[in-house]
Amino acid sequence: MSSPNHAAPGALLRESFIELSARERAAAVLDAGTFRELLGPFDRLESPWLPLQGIVCQADDGAVIARGTIDGQPAVVAAIESAFQGGSIGEVSGSKIAASLELALADCERGKIVRPVILFETGGVRLQEANLGLAVIAEIQAAIVALRAHVPVVGVIAGMVGCFGGMSLAAALCSTLVMTKQGRLGMNGPEVIEQEAGIEELDSSDRRAVWQLIGGEQRTRTGFADALVEDAVDDVRAAVRASFAQGVPHTHRTEAVEATLAKLAQIDPTSVTPETMRAVFAATPLNLRGEQA
Amino acid sequence: MNDTTTSRGARWLRALSGADTRGTCVQYADAPLDGETARFITVAPDPANRFPRARDNVVGLEQGWRLAQAVREAIAEDAASGKQRRPIIAIVDVKSQAYGYREEMLGIHLACASAVDAYASARLAGHPVVALIVGPAMSGAFLAHGYQANRIVALDAPGTMVHAMGKEAAARVTRRSVEDLDALGETIVPMSYSMASFAKLGLLDELIEGIDADAPSDAQIARVRNVLAQKAREARDDRSGLAHRLQGESARRTRAASIEVRKRLAQQWDAS
Repeated sequence: MSSPNHAAPGALLRESFIELSARERAAAVLDAGTFRELLGPFDRLESPWLPLQGIVCQADDGAVIARGTIDGQPAVVAAIESAFQGGSIGEVSGSKIAASLELALADCERGKIVRPVILFETGGVRLQEANLGLAVIAEIQAAIVALRAHVPVVGVIAGMVGCFGGMSLAAALCSTLVMTKQGRLGMNGPEVIEQEAGIEELDSSDRRAVWQLIGGEQRTRTGFADALVEDAVDDVRAAVRASFAQGVPHTHRTEAVEATLAKLAQIDPTSVTPETMRAVFAATPLNLRGEQA
Repeated sequence: MNDTTTSRGARWLRALSGADTRGTCVQYADAPLDGETARFITVAPDPANRFPRARDNVVGLEQGWRLAQAVREAIAEDAASGKQRRPIIAIVDVKSQAYGYREEMLGIHLACASAVDAYASARLAGHPVVALIVGPAMSGAFLAHGYQANRIVALDAPGTMVHAMGKEAAARVTRRSVEDLDALGETIVPMSYSMASFAKLGLLDELIEGIDADAPSDAQIARVRNVLAQKAREARDDRSGLAHRLQGESARRTRAASIEVRKRLAQQWDAS
């Protein structure tokens, strides 16, 4: 892996996005000075389930919801805090995200467009809240599908946790996905694959192999994400704005059923590698997806 | 019905819709339900699937996209004909998503999301979507096949369960024994694997008792069909979507936090 600050001259002077907290990330994505947090720490809406298991709560349950503007347009950002319980989705953190998308939908249905951004940094369901975590992820997914008919739903996977489990499906439902090289997107984390399928299937300690498989660069090159950006606040901001400027895609990735089945049919499962799949799943970064005319 | 190589999901598909089914890893059929035609869909074991880690009744790459295809075909046909949107019945018997290197490489997250999208889009288009749980309804596989339904019903039978992670894996990850995990489920409702606990969360619309899940009698099949018909009727008149799950008495008790989040977020939504 390359270090976060490689590449372009002057990179060292640029502010890292990955190093920001969820609250700082939300503020960084919104227009300067417009950040207004909803259900912040002082509202003290905490997990009702963690104390029953002897786990200390966090006053925002690891999800930051903020209103503000993006390019002057009303917006809402849902940012997941990876420092609390690995960004896992519990009843409260997940409901905050779902409810913010539902309220954005209600506004959009009244003709008042609200731009939604989700900053993913999560391993998926919080196992201590198991079935409620899964239930709220289904609610987040339902809200994304309904909302993206009105306005692009923009997802960002910056790293370093990445986006896994049921939330990887939520990310896949987004109209546009922005990733850094450090970001990872997969349904089952490398450790889970190794545990369930054996180390001969995947050695989760082989970082290079893991990033080649599910890292931001590969995901962007193969059409599973749309924009690959440097780990820099300016670049993430710009990619989010470009996504909204582009408008609602004609065909969302999850709607391209026949095109993707046709691609899968061209793949030989016995020999396919992250490199060879690129010939079939070719994508031009910045959202010119292969299957669209 | 006695084919030992088949699965509960496949057997219930045939019991409810007859022998004329299409598909392999995803099987489906259109059949009468309450005087109209419904589409019944299940995920079935596929021993010859070209992806070796997706040969069981799990949701892998092909299963995800084929689910989306089966649902979207029904949406498109009814949109084109202008007829009443047919009910879509997801017969749920899925152990897990497929765990594999190729699955991650080729985007199993997107395959599962395509199924989520298709079911959610069917619901939004006015199709009554009902999930019938006849076996395990696990984790990402349940998200892809069943969890976007307007109504969820389950057989009260050994082997039906809902959870975010298989019991053995959950025990390993949380460093507890399977026995400890079961005990924990008795005090912490969302941790439980039982359908009764799932009902307490307000997520289950009906637990159908007294059914032999593996070898149902004709009378038992008829009872299940009646429940499905009733739920499809309810769903057709209910445009609340998944908000339905927060409206019942159980949800008011066990999902108070979910309800409170929505109430207070709405109060703070617009700057005062």
